[in-house]
Amino acid sequence: MKPFDYIRPATVAEAVAAAVQPGAVYLAAGTNLLDLMKGGVSRPDRLVDVTHLDGLDGIETLADGSLRIGTLVSNADLAHDANFAKSYPAVAEALLSGASAQLRNAATVGGNLLQRTRCAYFYDTASRCNKREAGLGCDARDGENRTHAVLGWSESCIATHPSDFCVPLLALDAVVEIEGRNGRREIALDALHRLPANTPERESALEPGDLVVAVRLPPAARGFATHARYLKVRERTSYAFAVVSAAAALRIENGKVAEARLALGGVAAKPWRARAAEDVLKGVTPTADAFQEAAWRALTDAKPSGDNAFKIELARRIVVRALTLAAAGTPARIPALPASPFASTSGAIHA
Amino acid sequence: MPELNLSSSPAHLRHGSNIGQPLTRRDGVLKVKGQATYAADNHPPGMLFAVMAVASIARGRVTSLDVAAAKRHPGVVDVMTPDHKPQLAIDPEIKTNPFVFRMEVLQSDEVRYANQPIAVVIAETLEAATEGAVLLAPRYETLPALVGLDAGESYVPPVVGVGNPTENHLGDVEAGLTAAEKQIDAIYETPPQYHNAMEPHAIVAAWNGDSLQIDMPTQGLMLSLARVAELFGIAHDKIHIRSPFLGGGFGSKGLMAGPPVLGIMAAKLVGKPVKLVLRREQMYGPVGHRAPTRQRLRIGTDGEGRLTALDHHARTVSSTFDDFYEPAADASHTLYASPAIRTSHDAVRVNTGTPLFMRAPGEATGSIALESAIDEMAWACGMDPLAFRLKNYAEVEPITGKPFSSKALRACYEQGAARFGWAKRSLQPRQMRDDAGLLVGWGMGTATFPALMFQAEARAVLRRDGSGAMEIGAHDMGQGAWTALAQIAADELGLDIDRVEFKAGSSDLPDAGIAGGSAHTATAGAAIHSAGAAVVAKLADLATNDERSPLFGAGNAGVIARDGRLIRRDDETRGESYVEILARAGVAEVEARGTGAPNPAAMEEYAMHAHGAVFAEVKVDPELGQVRVTRMVGAFAAGRIVNPHLVKSQLFGGMIWGMSFALHEEAITDRRSGRIMNANLGEYHIPVNADVPPLDVITVEEHDPHVNALGIKGVGEIGITGSAGAVANAVWHATGVRVRRFPIKIEELLTQR
Repeated sequence: MKPFDYIRPATVAEAVAAAVQPGAVYLAAGTNLLDLMKGGVSRPDRLVDVTHLDGLDGIETLADGSLRIGTLVSNADLAHDANFAKSYPAVAEALLSGASAQLRNAATVGGNLLQRTRCAYFYDTASRCNKREAGLGCDARDGENRTHAVLGWSESCIATHPSDFCVPLLALDAVVEIEGRNGRREIALDALHRLPANTPERESALEPGDLVVAVRLPPAARGFATHARYLKVRERTSYAFAVVSAAAALRIENGKVAEARLALGGVAAKPWRARAAEDVLKGVTPTADAFQEAAWRALTDAKPSGDNAFKIELARRIVVRALTLAAAGTPARIPALPASPFASTSGAIHA
Repeated sequence: MPELNLSSSPAHLRHGSNIGQPLTRRDGVLKVKGQATYAADNHPPGMLFAVMAVASIARGRVTSLDVAAAKRHPGVVDVMTPDHKPQLAIDPEIKTNPFVFRMEVLQSDEVRYANQPIAVVIAETLEAATEGAVLLAPRYETLPALVGLDAGESYVPPVVGVGNPTENHLGDVEAGLTAAEKQIDAIYETPPQYHNAMEPHAIVAAWNGDSLQIDMPTQGLMLSLARVAELFGIAHDKIHIRSPFLGGGFGSKGLMAGPPVLGIMAAKLVGKPVKLVLRREQMYGPVGHRAPTRQRLRIGTDGEGRLTALDHHARTVSSTFDDFYEPAADASHTLYASPAIRTSHDAVRVNTGTPLFMRAPGEATGSIALESAIDEMAWACGMDPLAFRLKNYAEVEPITGKPFSSKALRACYEQGAARFGWAKRSLQPRQMRDDAGLLVGWGMGTATFPALMFQAEARAVLRRDGSGAMEIGAHDMGQGAWTALAQIAADELGLDIDRVEFKAGSSDLPDAGIAGGSAHTATAGAAIHSAGAAVVAKLADLATNDERSPLFGAGNAGVIARDGRLIRRDDETRGESYVEILARAGVAEVEARGTGAPNPAAMEEYAMHAHGAVFAEVKVDPELGQVRVTRMVGAFAAGRIVNPHLVKSQLFGGMIWGMSFALHEEAITDRRSGRIMNANLGEYHIPVNADVPPLDVITVEEHDPHVNALGIKGVGEIGITGSAGAVANAVWHATGVRVRRFPIKIEELLTQR
């Protein structure tokens, strides 16, 4: 491994100052970064270890009803927080459908948001990848790409964002709190990740030194608790990234959809909010036909980037199913096979 | 006294109470406590770390390596390249016997496949060596890579597998197809699969003058030793290999591969002990793999569902520089009776490491295609797949006409089907649903694997303190040799298992042959059996020739060894303990050697195979196409079961691999570069615990008097056969969609709603 400086700042301000310089990266659990370093994909000069910073590992309900999740809360701790799982069941289900138990015990909220794509050509340093090195070219475009993006991709990059966690967060209008050189600011999660266009190497809105310190769910996010699901189709039941996933959340009043939220995973370089689909569901009776219509709207702009046309049809079907599951109501406990199409028939009852 | 080989007509058949017991692993506590020493756990004083730099191109040559940059890196001691390396005693391209395969050990700058070693960096730390390898920044002259089953002109290889004929004929296949009432003609594809044993290949090599100490996982201690001896030009007795535990072998650690040789070369170059451990992605190239296949099956039946012809052709690949051909079509030799059978192979050359043995080589790939095709044929005949198989049950081995040494396959079908509840299966596909609306499918496959024997020797000792020892350079790959062979040893010595010092896993012990071909327990067991019989015979001589012994004169009647005593066969009240016999004779111990080997006469007369029947249930989401295996039942007849607990584990492992073959496993090769794009455990999918359903294994009783003295057929590989086809057939039964390209993918099942 390339030698690097290791810095353990005492405060967030010290962390930001240490991470501003080129070649510096933040280290949280390292579940993605250390793999990237071992593979020579990332070769940082300086690691700024934020895991010892105080005050970043809490889950707190704010006065206005928002929930604030510290960036260092582990995926497992968040998913297993009873109040959290009750209020935001689709988020907990998504967390438990990701990675493996060992990884979830280590991986953090902030790290999950900022994990890199799993595009094999990004990881393979012998391949050309615009995301790894600007201007190099994209070997995925004409390569083995059956799992690549069908929305928002460009000729420069067809990679997808791999997070499960981000998908329901996005549907619930999560906000990201950032500490940077010029103090604290916040942006919508939807604005954190960028589509590739001609600059796939720029993956997020973060500037040098920016540290995600918390993720906030607004008060309205609780309103979907009784009708919220995450559904993930994958090639094995655990420890696999989504081929396509969807988070669906409904607020149902008097038998009609008062408000719908829908986001897709595994389809684009960012978690994908399907607002057009949400719009067609507003005020309608939650029927199979309505969900079909929403699914068509959600994928209107989709186009294959390679051998992956099936993902468009699969995404439509997942949208319909996720909405159907959400309309049927959140189960009392998270299923033993979280987010799996087989969740209801696994034999075991809960996670 | 001459050494005995009693494997064909044993003089003392004395099975005590150890064989047949479901003992837990005797090395289990060591492993759980982290005290089992695997090769890479060794750290001799002064040891350095070696890391391979591997080619990122699949074909061409290395034009430059920045050795200076690597050497400048702190901690780097030396960089081994084609220009700077110890000379080998012979050219590793020379195939000195059929079990020698060509390896890349820096003999030239040529690159023949991606991940081929092109240099080795030796450093004081693993981190420094790793970074040194990066700093070499190789440049290449690249040629277009040959990739895939259509990479070039095909040819007919001289042999397939290990010396099998490329083509086999019985009767007139074309006539049989022409005369057939019903026919199918289908093409199946299986992907390249790579070894992912938990323990990667590893070596710690230490030279002491011209002596060489090696810690290395190997499935063939003496084969490895002989190869090292010839490559480095040193005598066999100057080499010591320790291999007490393997973290899985599966065929990849049977023959000496290039990387461990590089470790030995590196140790020689720097004059210090060196450790070289492969990174996970480096397993995808130089250590063998399962080649892809494309198999065409043409089958015909008469009006009653009897086969009239079975034609099985397999296309596979080998490397550009050596020959190994997955004998996939040979799967059609043994299972189904047909008046006409033809099996044939052809191949193309591609830029990969040479494909080699991977659990059930040929049998696994051939089985999924054959069992799928049989399922298709049964459906074409409108018959239940089990009824169809019974209708075409082979009473003699179809391709040779030889009787089977034993064959309890009917009982496997019956017991497996009963346990599974097969009788309730709908004939038509896509008829069964569960309460949640998921499609349910039931499929089956027949399992088979040859009962092989190799050569082995063992040394047995009985001591005056009442203990005994059994020494054999056997290999525990995780299958449980430390336990199962010790059980055999205890029975052969007539001692309690805790009174037997069982030694294995070291090259200074008698040669146990190779732990491959599912034949290790049978082969090593036969040697242990012979050695035990021989040492007991020596002990018996001491007693029966001594008038002071209660056994005096019992030579003709014979004696039985049991619980540390010899007793008269015809009068069990008369006996004497080993302690008494040896004390009176005034000797500290008696020892003897014995061998185990195949019996050519029996092989000439009989076809020898293990059999089984696997039944699988899958559920498929009708809209989303995701498949989940929900139940599997396997009934296997494999002769004598030495340890039912370990055997069950072996069969579980095989069945899981079969399910993996049908649904998960595939190396994804970039069609332009020839690089494998998922060379890691995150993306090379094998089933995880959450994918594995309740598994039910039935071991069907089977007595085989011909295979070997102990009647053991072996269970190492058979579990994967039958299982893969059973899962694939269940997917068809659930969905009505016949997927002929494996693994079965979600998109294949999205076609219907």
